[in-house]
Amino acid sequence: MVENGIGVSVLRKEDKRFLIGKGNYTDDINVAGQTHAYFLRSPHGHATIESIDISAAAASAGVVAVFTGDDLAADGIGTLICGVTVTSDDGEPHRAPAHPALAQGKVNYVGDHVAIVIAETLAQAKDGAEKIAVDYGVLPAVTETARAADDDQVQIHEVAPNNMCFNWPFGDKEGVEAAFASAHKVSRLELINNRMVTNPMEPRASLGEYNTGTEEITLHVTTQNPHVHRLVLSAFNQLAPEHKLRVVGPDVGGGFGAKIFVYAEELVVGWACRKVERPVKWTGDRTEAFLADAHGRDHVATAEMAMDEDGKFLAMRVMTQANLGAYLSTFSTMVPSYLYAFLLAGQYTTPLIYSEVKAVFTNTAPVDACRGAGRPEATYLLERLVDVAARDMDLDPAEIRRRNFIPKDAFPYQTPVVQCYDSGDYVAALDKAMVLADYEGFPARATEAIARGKRRGIGLSSYVEACGIAPSAAVGQLGAGVGLWESAQVRFNPTGNVQVFTGTHSHGQGHETTFAQLVTEQLGVPFENIEVVHGDTAKTQFGMGTYGSRSLAVGGVAIAKACEKLITKGKKIAAHALEAAEGDIEFADGNFTVAGTDKAMNIGEVAFNAYVPHSYPEGLEPGFDENAFFDPLNFSFPAGTHICEVEVDTDTGVVEIVKYSAVDDFGKLVNPMIVEGQVHGGIVHGVGQALLEGCRYDSEGQLITATYMDYAMPRADNVPSFDVDYAPTDPPDNPLGVKGCGEAGAIAAPPAVINAITNALGIKHIDMPATPENVWRAAQGAA
Amino acid sequence: MPIVNINVNGKLVSAEVEGRTLLVQFLRENLRLTGTHVGCDTSQCGACVVHVDGKSVKACTMLAVMADACEVTTIEGLANNGSMHPMQQAFMDNHGLQCGFCTPGMVMTALDIVNRNGNDLDDSTVRKELEGNICRCTGYHNIVKSVKAGAKTMGE
Ligand code: FES
Ligand code: FES
Repeated sequence: MVENGIGVSVLRKEDKRFLIGKGNYTDDINVAGQTHAYFLRSPHGHATIESIDISAAAASAGVVAVFTGDDLAADGIGTLICGVTVTSDDGEPHRAPAHPALAQGKVNYVGDHVAIVIAETLAQAKDGAEKIAVDYGVLPAVTETARAADDDQVQIHEVAPNNMCFNWPFGDKEGVEAAFASAHKVSRLELINNRMVTNPMEPRASLGEYNTGTEEITLHVTTQNPHVHRLVLSAFNQLAPEHKLRVVGPDVGGGFGAKIFVYAEELVVGWACRKVERPVKWTGDRTEAFLADAHGRDHVATAEMAMDEDGKFLAMRVMTQANLGAYLSTFSTMVPSYLYAFLLAGQYTTPLIYSEVKAVFTNTAPVDACRGAGRPEATYLLERLVDVAARDMDLDPAEIRRRNFIPKDAFPYQTPVVQCYDSGDYVAALDKAMVLADYEGFPARATEAIARGKRRGIGLSSYVEACGIAPSAAVGQLGAGVGLWESAQVRFNPTGNVQVFTGTHSHGQGHETTFAQLVTEQLGVPFENIEVVHGDTAKTQFGMGTYGSRSLAVGGVAIAKACEKLITKGKKIAAHALEAAEGDIEFADGNFTVAGTDKAMNIGEVAFNAYVPHSYPEGLEPGFDENAFFDPLNFSFPAGTHICEVEVDTDTGVVEIVKYSAVDDFGKLVNPMIVEGQVHGGIVHGVGQALLEGCRYDSEGQLITATYMDYAMPRADNVPSFDVDYAPTDPPDNPLGVKGCGEAGAIAAPPAVINAITNALGIKHIDMPATPENVWRAAQGAA
Repeated sequence: MPIVNINVNGKLVSAEVEGRTLLVQFLRENLRLTGTHVGCDTSQCGACVVHVDGKSVKACTMLAVMADACEVTTIEGLANNGSMHPMQQAFMDNHGLQCGFCTPGMVMTALDIVNRNGNDLDDSTVRKELEGNICRCTGYHNIVKSVKAGAKTMGE
């Protein structure tokens, strides 16, 4: 086996710079002559702008320029776009109100962008912003997801009657109704998927520089996908032609979805640096992140399951109202539709599913993908409903799951909701998780807890998700404006070391390590001689970036394909040098060998020959540098069972997670250490949603959870350490045999935690976040 | 504007600062020591933790003028002759970081935990002590492991 190859927990290449304080995040970058920007934001949830007077601000000390929406419009800068079309039940595309980067006559949420002030220092920019006089005509606000489409609500956008973005029915409505009519039992549940603020720890930032000589804009920005940013800013926002715009996503301090999207600040900073012909830097503070980062989740839903007398699922019906906020963010329409309804089968053979999703506008920040994006919402709803079904049928939650699992010999399995799962063994994961969690021993532990005045509960969550986003043809059919393949270039330098250029982006995932492991495994080049390059449109070829656990499953395969091309070319070069037939050359562990002899040359020597082709195969191009693209045939389908055990103090409502066990099927693991870290982080994101995090607006549209004092993030003392194991299956649709692991924890954990709490209290349901107050109230009701 | 004299990572720095300049701004902007991060505006996240006269402090909670005549150590001041401090090494060995943004604050806090609690730490002590530092990436599991391991090595 190659040292540091696939399957080894290699320590990360990227760690040293972060540990010694030499990371290079956007706000760490400073350039000569830079100015500082501050955005004046709407203090109102919903208001007309009657007038804006910038004269005092423009004259304020140190202020370089003040711009409003009119200035952007005068320069022909386009509005922010949403890249995925959903067809509404009237046959029309979803309603897409204009989303100007700086407001045009109206503001639609607190934090909406009104003006940019550019000054010599940030303090001067802030002082200047205070001198802008805006005359607002305050309007009533729409803030409740469930009520947004009601007739008595004020209308936010002219193009969207009743604040409806789309109504998207999907599935066999009549078939489901018939199955419900003749079912032995129907279980029903109403639930809320609480709104989250994604909260990567690094706030968003942008630094724009304009070169008056080359007429090129360089935009450093906190992005998960620099090329997507460049494409959108060029093609749709008319910021600059693609070849005159360089987007750099340097070190990025976490994304979790929030840094996929093209935001107003980035566009305005990019435009303004050309306008003032000086570098412009903007760094958001945490409150701005709460106000104006895209939020996540925010559904209100009703779910019903029809069953026969054995608890077999016959049909499921789901009605969902999803809040998209004030405007459509980049991927927003796709999240509560395709990424949600197509996952409603979960791990089960439910033959009939009908879903109706009503997506609404409200006077709140735009809502888009947040770790898991649609799949956590689907999984939470389904796994909660399954527990309610178990309760109604008087079955153990593990038993009802077992009775309905897709059997392992049924793969590939076509679900009634589009997805065709390529591989899985759900019983194996459940069994392993039950051993890991000592499920059998739970009743004794529960009894022991009662003796101490506590209530113990145990909760299961058997999830499946669709990752490796995504087959271009499939997403194209669904209305995506882009293809979701990935690209790679693997370049040998003449001295034999290797640079790997990937279109994905790493913001915590450790690609610089994992991708080097792929290459060392395949080409036999020492791990330390491989450098992974990403995040700069001037360095890497076009690629789609990182989200949806796609980097390894899609981007990794592109790298492997480029390596294969190098091996093919290398055989020709080696054959010539070793005076053998090309067909007789074998490649292993970095050496090209003439079969059956000890004649060999290593890949570094081959690379040197390719760059110094003095004696070289006739007609073969010099150079040892190959690129490849990979467009997957299918999504990948990570799955697993997580089991959470809690202890509830009914006097205080405090929930303690006493044990958490996760068994996942991610296919093959390239770096188990990194995978385990992804699982841990995902679980805590999910625990945060289940126990702590809840984003709230008041009825006027004021965000009342806009700091870490009002919005509870999970901290080290809120969670335990975790027991993590795997039950892998081999996915035939992925050439590397990998599935993706970044979102699993955030998807699996919320229902596992809530199922444990409802089990502890003997109640049907409790909404998230299950804060001490909510749990205490529920416990009083249950007592 | 007031002048401050601060010993930062063993070097004496004299500079004019505005009264409203926070210590973290002074480090990041005046001295370009960008390893200390800003993750919030309410002193909740701990990304900005440095040591002032040997004690951990949230550098967003202190004015630069308050650090006058003090000794400040930042994440950049820990490595010795190019080799990482045992606590930094422990974070690397135990995968105690992902995106790296919370990491400098975590490491500086970890050292303070060791200073006050010794080298033999249990999980619950570490978890309680880390209450002022938020990480969105790691789920804390490997940070707790890192702090315990680093503490142990420091005692050897
Ligand atoms: S920046 Fe100091 S605690 Fe958050
Ligand atoms: S490693 Fe990213 S916030 Fe902690």
